[in-house]
Order: sequence, then structure tokens, then C-alpha cells
Amino acid sequence: MDIVKELLNGSRLALARTITAIENESEETAAIMKKLYPHTGHAFVIGITGPPGAGKSTMTDKLARAYRKMGKTVGIIAVDPTSPFSGGAILGDRIRMNSLTLDEGVFIRSMGTRGSLGGLSHKTADAVKAMDAFGKDVIFVETVGVGQSEVDIVKMADTTVVVLIPGMGDDIQAIKAGILEIGDIFAINKADHEGADKLQVELNMMLDLDSHMSKWRPPIQKVVSSRGDGIDELIEQITKHNEHVTETGELIKRRRERAKTEFLELLQATLGKYIKKQIVDTGKLNSYVDSMQLHETDPYTIVHETMDSLLK
Amino acid sequence: MEKRIRVLVAKPGLDGHDRGAKVVARALRDAGFEVIYTGLRQTPEQIAEAALQEDVNVIAMSILSGAHPHLFPKVVDLVRSKGMKDVLIIGGGVIPEGDIPALKEAGIAAVFTPGTPTSDIVDFINEHVK
Repeated sequence: MDIVKELLNGSRLALARTITAIENESEETAAIMKKLYPHTGHAFVIGITGPPGAGKSTMTDKLARAYRKMGKTVGIIAVDPTSPFSGGAILGDRIRMNSLTLDEGVFIRSMGTRGSLGGLSHKTADAVKAMDAFGKDVIFVETVGVGQSEVDIVKMADTTVVVLIPGMGDDIQAIKAGILEIGDIFAINKADHEGADKLQVELNMMLDLDSHMSKWRPPIQKVVSSRGDGIDELIEQITKHNEHVTETGELIKRRRERAKTEFLELLQATLGKYIKKQIVDTGKLNSYVDSMQLHETDPYTIVHETMDSLLK
Repeated sequence: MEKRIRVLVAKPGLDGHDRGAKVVARALRDAGFEVIYTGLRQTPEQIAEAALQEDVNVIAMSILSGAHPHLFPKVVDLVRSKGMKDVLIIGGGVIPEGDIPALKEAGIAAVFTPGTPTSDIVDFINEHVK
């Protein structure tokens, strides 16, 4: 039977295999995504991000359970880094989410970053779409690390929660990391540890300094995920943010921006593959490099000629 | 295509010692596999469901408590009943030689006992994953 039909009929195995196809960039992915696209756009996507060890998985587990109690179905995509040395990865986010495994209303998928150049975000976006089409009401995208990968989630999420913990360094660290710009909500996890109040004060000060967030001032919520403290309040903040972006039209703007990024990324990736096939695999690349090394020609000329021949 | 072999490393049953499972997990990662580690004290139902959601090629279980004759075949049955026909299921840990034929009979493709070089496990997976 058709994998798309099975997925739409509620087969978890079909959903799992669809995400594998997306991750592997297998041949049938485009055909699958084309058929799934009309069924997407219903899920509420929450990004959870922050430094390693901040407690993102435990927090996601608790948030997911709270949404389940409200009768919502939940999808979780947990992204962990792939080793740049071996290409392998240890994906351990499920350890904190074992209580959700047997809940049929929850689907958890671990993904490695696989070192793909900018490709992570479009693969994750497609995995979100697969869960969306499957019928998940709320989808969490959890990712580690600071920098590009975090910014990429923001583009994908309707609401982004940045998880911080006390004792990670002074306020300049937070500015450097670029996390202030991406959080719609800040959660101070492990708030029972020393330094939580100080972190809250510093964060508040910096958020007040920020001029570009005129309409929405990101709230700061203290949480102790392991005990479930502050989780209900965090959900309240998430709901408030969702209402805010819906009412102000910001959500439509975000989703439009997302569609644009998605298209451009996919176009770039497809072009990249085409170029690889035409130039790298045919051995042309080597002859170009040879003539460049002999200074017979320059890269600009070759690029120009290549573009001309490609666009013919 | 950017296919990676995905392996679920699981600790069924009640023993609380996962040093071996972690050593294996690391060796598998270093061999270029994506390893999903789910932690201690997993029920066969949890293992089978996690394997389904993660769409793994391999389930590698470690048991030290002696519950393998009961738990390993249970996982095989659950996994197959969920429609995952191709998943390679292997086991390891403190397992008496005499128990191995029955486990293989039950669908455990290989059993690795203490002292096995991790490269044997890697090779076995590379040879047997379709």
C-alpha cells in the first residue's frame, strides 16, 4: 500500500518510515512530501532550545504530558549532534521521555544533524510536516547547541522557548550566543539551584535593553522540570504568546517567512545536487582546478561559462 | 541518498548496570551508526515501540540479570507483530552458552557475551543489515 495513504490513515510505522526517507534524502521523498503538503498547516510548532545539559528533554517531556492531559496529541523531534569524526551519533533524548513511549498519542523521533550544510533545517521542517499531516496537534522541535542551528529552529517554530540554567557564565555569554533574539519565552530551568535569581535579573535587564521587540516582551519563567514546578505556568506563557502572534498577524508573517526560506533552501539543495552531478561526478571539476592551478584561467571565468551552459 | 544505519541500544529488565551498553553504544557511534539509547529498565513493549518510532535497522539489547530467556523473545514477537520484518535483533550481556541456541531459535540473530571485541558487533551489523 501507498506509504502516504497509510500515514494519513494513522499508521505509526508509515510515519516512522516517511521520516527515514526524509533523513536519507531517498528518491521517493519528493513524491511523498508533495502528497503530504495539502494535509499540513494545522499543528502548533514549539521550538525548545538551549545549551547542552539545560534540561530541554526533561522539560519537553513534562510539557508534552501537560498537553496530553488537555487532550492534545503530541509529536516530538529531538535533534542531537552527529559526530564530525565518525558520522555516527548517540541520540539520548528518549532517556528523559520514557514515560511517553507507550502513549499512543505521542510520537517521538530522534534525528542526528548528519553534518548537512543547512540541510538540517529543511529535513527537520519536512519531519514536522510529516507529523503535522499525521494529525499531531502540538509538535516540539528540540535542539541542542548555539548558533545557526538554533536560529534555524526559530524559523520553523510558531513559538520558541529558550531554556537556560544558572551558573553558565555572565550576561555577556548570553548576548554572545545570540539567544536573546530568538526566544519568545525564556525558561530558567533548575531554578532551585543557586544563581537562578541573578540570572533572572540579568536576563530581565538585557531584554529591557532590546529595542526590536516592541510588541512582545519575552517573559521569563522559572521552572524545575524534574519536579514539574512551573510547567503549567510555562504553558500559560506559551498559550499567551500563541494568542499574541495570532491576533497581531505575526503568526501569518512567520509562516510566510518560513515558506519562503523553505522554498529557497530546497531550490539551493536541488541546484547543489544538480551541480554536483554535472561537474563533480563528471570529472570536470578536476580539469577546472588543474587549469586554475596553472593559471590558465580563473574561477570567475569558469563559473561564468558554467552558468551559461547550465542556463542554455 | 544519505543512508545511515540506526541502532536502538536497549536495556530490558531490572538490572541497573549499563556500562556495557554504553561501551557498545559508543563503539557503534564510532563506526558511523546513529545510536538511539533509551536508558535503563525498559519493558519489551517500550523497546518495541521506540524501535518503531525511530525506524531502526537494529535492536541491540543488553541484559545482566538473567531474564533474557523471557525478555529477548518477547521483544522479537512484539517487534515482528508491529510489522517490522527486517529489523535485526541482537543481544548481549551475561548469557550462559547453553541458553544461546534457544535465543537464536526465538529470533535473536546473534548473542555477544563478555569479552567480545566491539568490532565483532560492528562487523556483524554491517554484514547483516539489509
